[in-house]
Amino acid sequence: MSAHTHDDHSHAHEPGFVRKYIFSTDHKWIGIQYGFTALVFLFFGFCLVMLMRWQLAYPGVPFPVEFLNKWLGEARMPGGVMAPEFYNQLGAMHGTIMIFLGVVPLAVGAFGNYLVPLQVGAQDMAFPKLNMASYWVYFIGGVVMMVSFFVPGGAAQSGWTSYSPLANITVPGGAELWGRLLTGQSLWLVGMVFLITSSLLGSVNIIVTIVQLRAPGLTWMRLPFLVWAQLVTSFLLLLAFPPLEAAGILQLMDRLAGTSFFLPSGLVVSGKELVASGGGSALLWQHLFWFLAHPEVYVLILPALGIVGEVIANNTRKPLWGYKSLVYSAIFLGFMSFIVWAHHMFLTGMGTTINAFFQTTTMIISVPSIVILTAMILSLWGGSIRFTVPMLFALAFLPMFGIGGLTGLPLGLATSDIHLHDTYYVIGHFHYVVAPGTLFALFAGIYHWFPKVTGRKMNETLGKVHFWVSLLAINGVFLPMFVQGLAGVSRRLYDGGTIYLHAQDVLVLNKVMSHSAWLLGAAQVVFIINFFWTLWAGKKAENDNPWEATTLEWATPTPPPHGNFAQIPAVYRGPYEYSVPGAKRDFTPQHLPQEA
Amino acid sequence: MSAEIVIPYNDTERPDTGLYNAKLGVWLFLASEVMLFGALFSSYILLRVSADRWENGAEILNVPLATLNTMVLIASSVTMVLSWAALKAKNFPRYRLCMGLTFLAGVGFLIIKTLEYGAKFEHGIRPADSTFMAIYFTMTGLHALHVIGGMIVNGYLLGPGAKMWFTEPRRFTNRIEVAGLYWHFVDLVWIFLFPTLYLLPGK
Amino acid sequence: MSTEHHPEAIHKQVSLYWKIFWALAVGTVLTVAVSFFHGWGVIIAVIVALIIAAVKGSLVAGYFMHLFHEVKWIHGLLLLTAVFFVALIALVMWTVADQQGQAHGIFIVPQKHVEPAAKGGGH
Repeated sequence: MSAHTHDDHSHAHEPGFVRKYIFSTDHKWIGIQYGFTALVFLFFGFCLVMLMRWQLAYPGVPFPVEFLNKWLGEARMPGGVMAPEFYNQLGAMHGTIMIFLGVVPLAVGAFGNYLVPLQVGAQDMAFPKLNMASYWVYFIGGVVMMVSFFVPGGAAQSGWTSYSPLANITVPGGAELWGRLLTGQSLWLVGMVFLITSSLLGSVNIIVTIVQLRAPGLTWMRLPFLVWAQLVTSFLLLLAFPPLEAAGILQLMDRLAGTSFFLPSGLVVSGKELVASGGGSALLWQHLFWFLAHPEVYVLILPALGIVGEVIANNTRKPLWGYKSLVYSAIFLGFMSFIVWAHHMFLTGMGTTINAFFQTTTMIISVPSIVILTAMILSLWGGSIRFTVPMLFALAFLPMFGIGGLTGLPLGLATSDIHLHDTYYVIGHFHYVVAPGTLFALFAGIYHWFPKVTGRKMNETLGKVHFWVSLLAINGVFLPMFVQGLAGVSRRLYDGGTIYLHAQDVLVLNKVMSHSAWLLGAAQVVFIINFFWTLWAGKKAENDNPWEATTLEWATPTPPPHGNFAQIPAVYRGPYEYSVPGAKRDFTPQHLPQEA
Repeated sequence: MSAEIVIPYNDTERPDTGLYNAKLGVWLFLASEVMLFGALFSSYILLRVSADRWENGAEILNVPLATLNTMVLIASSVTMVLSWAALKAKNFPRYRLCMGLTFLAGVGFLIIKTLEYGAKFEHGIRPADSTFMAIYFTMTGLHALHVIGGMIVNGYLLGPGAKMWFTEPRRFTNRIEVAGLYWHFVDLVWIFLFPTLYLLPGK
Repeated sequence: MSTEHHPEAIHKQVSLYWKIFWALAVGTVLTVAVSFFHGWGVIIAVIVALIIAAVKGSLVAGYFMHLFHEVKWIHGLLLLTAVFFVALIALVMWTVADQQGQAHGIFIVPQKHVEPAAKGGGH
């Protein structure tokens, strides 16, 4: 392997606007495309739930924003009151959009694409053109999902989990094949095929980049933890997504070709026996779905853990505690994630032995998560902590992820799950991990790497307001869910539990949660203002490495040029050489040769 | 692009892994394909085991045609690997011949498949008729889509893509190797699909 | 394997590939022939079919796809994939085999039996 110098900066090769900004093959620009698109989808998905929360707090009361009622129309908001079918669409699409169009593209597509080549000392991803294709396939998938809102019957409305037989029969679309395709659920399936394809191509790229393009001297145990996290994540995406793609094809066959992969015999719908060959298995869908969807939740958390690791090391000015335990835990976590999925199916009539198996693997998988969290907490001990905005988000992540993880334990134990399954407790559990968990980590990442990507630092004061209001509001949204869940309030209830006797005492929490959600929305406006204002007129970062970090992405000009490094760096040490005894400064970058 | 980006190990192997990039890439992709067809085989097993009766493939499907198709696909695998061997021997005309035969074999496979499907539809047999027909059409249909995909790649490498042999022979040879890996995998899937659907007894 | 070969080595490879082709052809004929034999039960039939297919598959994978000479990275990747492939099939099958209400299972939960209500009675 030889180093390549780039003295040639002739602008005779300068690509046109389309090549440079629309169909770019530069991993950094693709990362920005992913990031921007994902943030828009995240905000849109959040708006869906802010709308839903009006119905939950004030069921039957017309929505107070008249022009929105008019725009949504009488079918969706008759008399300004949300129709139940529309509520279901909002619920199903909120989950789908946040996970597949928001968090994963941001965590993997944006952060992964932007940072992995830089942190391994490469000029770009292994397959730049494939990378470009991955983004556009994701984009098309997103368009298909958005279009699904406007077809007859509206968007998918059987939960993001699309369980059969409900998802099979909801808004069938009639006799014509075209009509059956242009239904919300069918388009959801088509959109998923695009999104899965994009993920698969992206994960191949990330794995090959990490394995093959590491700079000289960058051994496996010198990789930043973020790179390890992205590597394991990509393996999860690579091997767990295809069964969902298969399931999607089967459900599409059911909806479009009239097959009965997931339809049992003798199904009666609205008093009429369904005309289908029958013989299918609704549980088959659940198996294929959860085979992906469980590893998927580790796809949601691992990149976040990677980001938090980088931010903590940098802002404590000391190495991460237990680097090896972090790496082995991440690998073990990834492996175990493939054999726990049926803990989502404890109440489907599986026998006690198989339940015991999945309960055991689920308990085992909590161990590496606890090891990682503990290592990060221990990393704070004796640190010289800088309370920058990224660090605030990273610090808050730790207890929030702790709550999310701990509340998962009664769900992973089959007996307690009998009481808690499909209640608001579940929603509280997974949102704690993804919202004040992953999303906070992603915010930490945005604030942390903003100066490298743009050369400007986001405003500290606005950042702190964003942080504190979000932290308060987000707990206001999700903490009450545990209370409601323990009281027995089911999830996906259109009226938030109003008609149920057992829910009466906890109904008031609906108002608490809704007002918290709207406050949370307002706090994000602060972030959006900060983001764009900084881009246009923000304070310039003092140098190429304003946070005084050690990893390779900070060893480039700002923003990194096409090709990243004028010369491929050589790596001499691990990624977190902060406060090395006897060193001149409190950080020693990876690429600097031994100091005298 | 103000500076040329050179991705290392595109054509040469990285010493500590022994791989060039596209080879690792295609094996990773094939691993995901194993999971895709694996999920369909798992579905087949679950549906079959749960069913009270299951059709006898040999009575409903055309075993002779499918056996012929199996031979066609196996032959195409041989011609595919021979086309790569021809490039290693720097024999471009023989590469063209073998790759051409591979492509033709693919066409043959698809023609026979069309005959099979056509015969079914003529007799009014559709995927919706039973779980067996549903899984038969879905698995062979998805497999056929993969054949088409492979043929598009092979066709490109036979036609416009073959120009690369004259400018970057090593890189081109690697591309044929990678395309071959994909094509062999498609053959591999059929080797399991054929007895499963056509030859296993019913119940 | 993009290392250069000598012409004789490539010639040997080519004749090997043809030998594999004939082996695969024989295997295919064998598979079909064996399927005509109805003496054994379904389970044996499945096992025999699987064995023949596995042998044929190994030849394609091992020789045409060069897997027998591949580096350990690829072997490791495929081993990992195989583990998950088996898990996907085996664990799903296990859930079909082990269902509520059956007497087998390592934790046998005593079931209470409720007498059915008299005909015409309400709930």
